[in-house]
Amino acid sequence: MKKLEAWWRPVLVLAIVFAGWWFVAAQEYVPNYLVPTPSQVWETMTGQWDFLMRNSLVTLWETVVGFVLAGLIGLGTAVLIAYSRTMEKALYPIVLFAQVIPKIAIAPLLIVWFGFGLTPKIILAVLIAFFPVVISGVAGLRSTDPELLDLSSTMGASPWQTFRKIRFPNALPHLMAGLKVAVTLAVVGAVVGEFVGATEGLGYVLLVANGNLDAPMLFADLFLMSAIGIVLFILVEVAEALLIPWHASRRSGVPLTTS
Amino acid sequence: MSTAVEVNDLVVRFQSKRSAVVAVTDVTISVEPGELVTIVGPSGCGKSTLLKIVAGLVKPTSGTVSLMGQAVSGPQKEIGFVFQRAALLEWRGVLKNIMLQAEIRKMDRAAATRRARDLIELTGLTGFEDALPHELSGGMQQRVALCRALLHSPRVLLMDEPFGALDALTREGLNEELNRIWRETGTTIMLVTHSIAEAVFLGTRVEVMSPRPGRIIRTFDVNLPKERHYAQIMSDPHFDQLASEIRSLLGSNASH
Repeated sequence: MKKLEAWWRPVLVLAIVFAGWWFVAAQEYVPNYLVPTPSQVWETMTGQWDFLMRNSLVTLWETVVGFVLAGLIGLGTAVLIAYSRTMEKALYPIVLFAQVIPKIAIAPLLIVWFGFGLTPKIILAVLIAFFPVVISGVAGLRSTDPELLDLSSTMGASPWQTFRKIRFPNALPHLMAGLKVAVTLAVVGAVVGEFVGATEGLGYVLLVANGNLDAPMLFADLFLMSAIGIVLFILVEVAEALLIPWHASRRSGVPLTTS
Repeated sequence: MSTAVEVNDLVVRFQSKRSAVVAVTDVTISVEPGELVTIVGPSGCGKSTLLKIVAGLVKPTSGTVSLMGQAVSGPQKEIGFVFQRAALLEWRGVLKNIMLQAEIRKMDRAAATRRARDLIELTGLTGFEDALPHELSGGMQQRVALCRALLHSPRVLLMDEPFGALDALTREGLNEELNRIWRETGTTIMLVTHSIAEAVFLGTRVEVMSPRPGRIIRTFDVNLPKERHYAQIMSDPHFDQLASEIRSLLGSNASH
């Protein structure tokens, strides 16, 4: 029940930040066309609700599809790397290359190849989000207790049985940590894609608002982008709580026995 | 009936890039069905390696190993293995951890569940069927591992320092339980330990190994009744005499 008692703390911090913003903007310490007041942002958000929602859904869709694909591709790559030294040597350089290359630099190329539709945004989201999944997946799959693997050998387990009943569940805590990082990165990937060439989506709206010096719209847009990231992150956390309630990171109970 | 475990002229050499280590050399052991042979020796003498070879998890450099008359050439299924750490799946409750054995071997589910419940009762785990490993003490975790290793009624049970990580009292309790389980099930057991008291208390025969490279330096037959309890055995002069002989063989390397 500690969770319920502590809910007000983040709310208090947010309230202080919000009040500070309101104060600074309302007193015009910073000109209004740079920092709008919360009420201006609120008016924009409610006034243009349909428009903003339509574009949010585009970005949300790109992010979710990118994240799911990144999860599947990342897990598949992790399995190949964890199970085979040869595949590790073959795949690691490619994985690393895909990670270190600046995504913003390849975005124009993807637009040229795949046009202004959803595809290049999804590809960018995948490219940026799959790295943490691979790394955490490999770490998780490799962390299996060698005695458990010996045990499964003495039970005559097939490689598939060992994977399904021992290695995969054992890797889940690591994997979930990677997925939490990945889901927030997927938002970044989708927005970067929209920056470079799009006709819809929150990234596109942000660019247009920027061109019009429409600060309230900029702020409203930023809020919605963050909201997408936060909501998706929370969903992954919920999935984690359902999938690995047994893990040390989620434990609150005490041992039933002491001897 | 054929010998349960037969090991002849076993040599194991571990080869790394820079050096070769002889872990075990010239080991010959045979274990008859129903025996409980304990192997005692200092840390790093290769006694665990010996068990892994019998289980087919490690390949010997030379020598032959057979289990129930069959040559061992890969991981063996007809055995139960208990490790020093319980090696439980931390996401499964007690019953489901035991049932892993049944799932992988594709045993009949209902019959296996019934047997698992019997074993839970036999080892005093009743009431903890759904408890997760982290909710259990070390001693209880090891009981779960023992149940899992016994679920498929293996002919041979291999135990690698199963109680090594437990405190002395828990350990004595589990030793008495293992003695009872062994009497009731008639399973052939090979148990590796670094505790002299445990080796003598449990064994029908004690094999003493030397420090690395491990070899069998002596074999002791334990002439104590099959049913054993610590209070009664510890005061038996035969126990004392065996324990002190083994202790002097092992020098000050061994503990307990």
